[in-house]
Amino acid sequence: MNSVILSTTARLLLPLIVILALFVFNRGHNEPGGGFIGGLLAAIAFTLVEKSAGVEYARKVLYFRPLSIAAFGLGCTLVGGLWGGIKYGYFLKGVWPFITKLADGSKSGLPVGSILLFDFGVFLVVLGGVLGILFTLEEVVASETDLEDS
Amino acid sequence: MEIMLAVLAGALVAAGAYLMMNGKTLPYLFGLTMISNSANIIIFASGRLTFGKPPLVPEGEKYIQGAANALPQALILTAIVIGFGLLVFALCLAYRSYYVLGTIEMDQMHSSEPGTEANPQ
Amino acid sequence: MAETPDEPTITREAGIWRFIPAVIAALVTLWFTKFISPVANGQYPEYVVTWVESAGVSFAFRLDGLSLAFALLICGIGAMVFLYASAYFRSDRRLLSLQLTLIAFAISMLGLTTADDAVTLFIFWEGTTITSYLLVGFDHEKETSRRAALQALLITGAGGLALFAGLLIMGGIAGTYRISEMNLLGETFKSHEMYTTIFVLVILGCFTKSAQWPFHFWLPGAMAAPTPVSAYLHSATMVKAGVYLMARLMPALGGTDLWVWTLIPFGAFTMILASVWAMRQTDLKLMLAFTTVMGLSMMTMLLGVSTNAAIAAAMTFLLVHAFYKAALFLSVGMIEKGSGSRDYTKVAGLSRALPLTTTVVGLAALSMAGLPPLFGFIGKEMIYEAGLHSHHAAMFVVGAALVANALMVACSGMVAIRPFFFNDQQAPKNNPADPGWGLWLGPVILSGLGLLCGLFPGTIGYTLVEPMVLAVAGEPMEGYLALWHGFGMPLLLSVATFALGALLYFGLDHIREFLFRIEDDVPETERWYDGFLVAMGSIARNGSILVQNGSMTSYLRRTFMVMAILIWVALLSGTWTWPAFALSGELIDWAIFLLITASLSVVLGSSSRLAAITALGGVGAGIAIIFVVYGAVDVAMTQLFVEILVVVFMAIAMVKLPVTGIARFRPRDAAVAAFLGLGVTMSMLMVLGTDIDLSLTDFFVEKSYPEAFGRNIVNVILVDFRGFDTMGETAVICFAAMAAYAVLKAGRKVRK
Repeated sequence: MNSVILSTTARLLLPLIVILALFVFNRGHNEPGGGFIGGLLAAIAFTLVEKSAGVEYARKVLYFRPLSIAAFGLGCTLVGGLWGGIKYGYFLKGVWPFITKLADGSKSGLPVGSILLFDFGVFLVVLGGVLGILFTLEEVVASETDLEDS
Repeated sequence: MEIMLAVLAGALVAAGAYLMMNGKTLPYLFGLTMISNSANIIIFASGRLTFGKPPLVPEGEKYIQGAANALPQALILTAIVIGFGLLVFALCLAYRSYYVLGTIEMDQMHSSEPGTEANPQ
Repeated sequence: MAETPDEPTITREAGIWRFIPAVIAALVTLWFTKFISPVANGQYPEYVVTWVESAGVSFAFRLDGLSLAFALLICGIGAMVFLYASAYFRSDRRLLSLQLTLIAFAISMLGLTTADDAVTLFIFWEGTTITSYLLVGFDHEKETSRRAALQALLITGAGGLALFAGLLIMGGIAGTYRISEMNLLGETFKSHEMYTTIFVLVILGCFTKSAQWPFHFWLPGAMAAPTPVSAYLHSATMVKAGVYLMARLMPALGGTDLWVWTLIPFGAFTMILASVWAMRQTDLKLMLAFTTVMGLSMMTMLLGVSTNAAIAAAMTFLLVHAFYKAALFLSVGMIEKGSGSRDYTKVAGLSRALPLTTTVVGLAALSMAGLPPLFGFIGKEMIYEAGLHSHHAAMFVVGAALVANALMVACSGMVAIRPFFFNDQQAPKNNPADPGWGLWLGPVILSGLGLLCGLFPGTIGYTLVEPMVLAVAGEPMEGYLALWHGFGMPLLLSVATFALGALLYFGLDHIREFLFRIEDDVPETERWYDGFLVAMGSIARNGSILVQNGSMTSYLRRTFMVMAILIWVALLSGTWTWPAFALSGELIDWAIFLLITASLSVVLGSSSRLAAITALGGVGAGIAIIFVVYGAVDVAMTQLFVEILVVVFMAIAMVKLPVTGIARFRPRDAAVAAFLGLGVTMSMLMVLGTDIDLSLTDFFVEKSYPEAFGRNIVNVILVDFRGFDTMGETAVICFAAMAAYAVLKAGRKVRK
């Protein structure tokens, strides 16, 4: 895992894959994609960096602690749920403040609302959860010596 | 394809069960993965198979007819992620138990069991 | 068995608050007295709160004569016991917990005796069982206390379960759980084919609670409880719950041959057994415990006789017994506090030093012995009267009562004369003296009541006994309570009782020595109990060693075997139609099939872990292709990404795990696995051959775009329609990450 080429490529690819992941996440409501898939994709991007350039670097690039990201994501899903709960009285009911329903049944407007927030929460939970375990496992494995060597 | 999927599901369960009964932690995890894969196939196939028509409402339409069954797909999608979470947790557990107990033989991990003598195999 | 020198654990006196429970209990007693006159006139107040309407269960309470008498006893004696306890445990930090548990017990007991709903009654019944467990085990630091508490709990708890079953059957037959309504259906129950079952179950509950042979031994054991607790639970209230219930259900179940020929023999046998063993004791409290068993059996036997006079005698004796026995228990505590011991071989000649205690014990003991003009005399006369007019085994009943009463006379002498008179003063404590007012007030009132009721029997007869008899017998009491019934058989029997009793008292020491010698050779039901417990323990131990043998693989093998058997049973017991599927002609199907089976065989057969992990990824990838081909693009993407991550994780952890090498072939496991896998394949083919209901899918398809503004139906289901589900799943991911973090970081040591 000390290949310079891989390491460099991974660093270069990271922003691209993360942007791709966000794109996949955003289009998820209408095309294949969504929070789960986007989150996994982003997690794979960071996994690539972690495997090639080390945990420390990956943590630095991620900036936030993975478990904090996961917790924040969980908070996002909760807020997304409460939003509909407060507005309509039904927990998790979708709220679309920028969408208007036209007379012929079609819609226009920006597809941003509680459901997107909810899906973003899923994205963050998957990303944070996977990376949280990955980084910890990697660190712990690296810090412990082999039992058989002793 | 139905027959093939049924055979595959059965084969995955059988292989998974066989690996889980191996008595070592790593094959156990392999077996676990296979059985959860098999479960996903079973749920998917139970919703019936539709060749090549994903449940995506085309632009300009209000709904789609004759597409693949969307409900099992949604169930499997979360099941895959949850199964992954479970597997990774089990992996961490296996790893830690090796360091704490000094073995990957599951039959030697019985510090919490009443009979201290393990079943002779 | 019953060592309870209640030493204070911390010497700091409790504040004035310690009197609060006593005051409250006294006030409640006063509140209940206002019901005396309506109840005596046949107006029974009811209070009903609906609870489980569909099952016909409600919190129903009803106050008839029997309930009212019990309520007054519970609260009245409760007030005195609370006061006594607050003095007895004045410098003990456990006083508060004792008071609270006693209050919980009093409430349970009150609920039990006033409940008019079988289920409500049972709940309070169990409440008394549990609180008495806590109270008997009050000195929980002592092995004997814990053992006694557990014994009482197991025996009365098991009886409680039997009782519950009996009550449920009764409710089922009657179509109501209201006891007052059940009691109107006596003929229905008695002619019903389930009568024997009901009777046995209910009587098991009553006999265990009221310590009848063969369950009697828990009561002397329960003397491990502190004195106030024994006085309250084991004389006046809880142990009478069994008698109460027999009386309560008498209109519904009583009077049959089965009833008569169960209650009379068991009652008589327990009565004589208990009073003989009372002679053996030197610990006065333990002696009183045995005489309590005797008192309860007396009531059981009288209820067995079933005549109006017998019921009247039982109810009168119930009150008599409650007064003198609580007074005696409390005054034995006074003897102990005043002189340092309650063993009558260790104390003597205390009459000069403890004049008040002497008087109180004397009065109560006279009532116990049944001497005029005390209430006990009236009770005893009525017992003889009822026995003489019994329709069944009159001579047997009278004879048994005579022997038991004579033994009671001897026991009275034991407690009232031995520690006080005819000897030089002797006590473990220097300067023995009467204890303070908190300790003597209660016993004084109780033994005073015994005297008052004896002098004015009409009052107590009108206010309590007659309504009680009316409630139990369903008809007014014949006759009346009076101190002087004229010359006759009962009086003659009384005289015979005193003569025999005096004889027994003078031979007390010899009898005791004799009983002491034969004690070990007499069969004791307590040994059955011990044997039963030991057997249960060894069955549980052997059973769990057999099932839980510490071998993970054998657990798994059994689990898979059971799963496989269940699947096959379901398959074989259902109807079979072979589904009409043809093998696929598509190339891609065959390609996927080959990819997965090939990967599978690599995982199973490879000795290289890396190859196995990679092949595992191959299996997952193959499945992802299935998803893509059959229209599940989202699932396929998820599956693919997850497979990548699984391989990465496995590879990381694998580095440190030892190489295992190729595993040898295990035919047994392979057979189980194949059996299971074949079952899965078959059941899946069967499932695919049936029709499917797609209405839910259609709903999602129709509503996805118009309602939820999303074209990707799978994603809309995930984040909108089934959003709550998904939310739970995100939480699971978070928990898995946290747990993995904890597992990885915990117990970590870097080994050298």
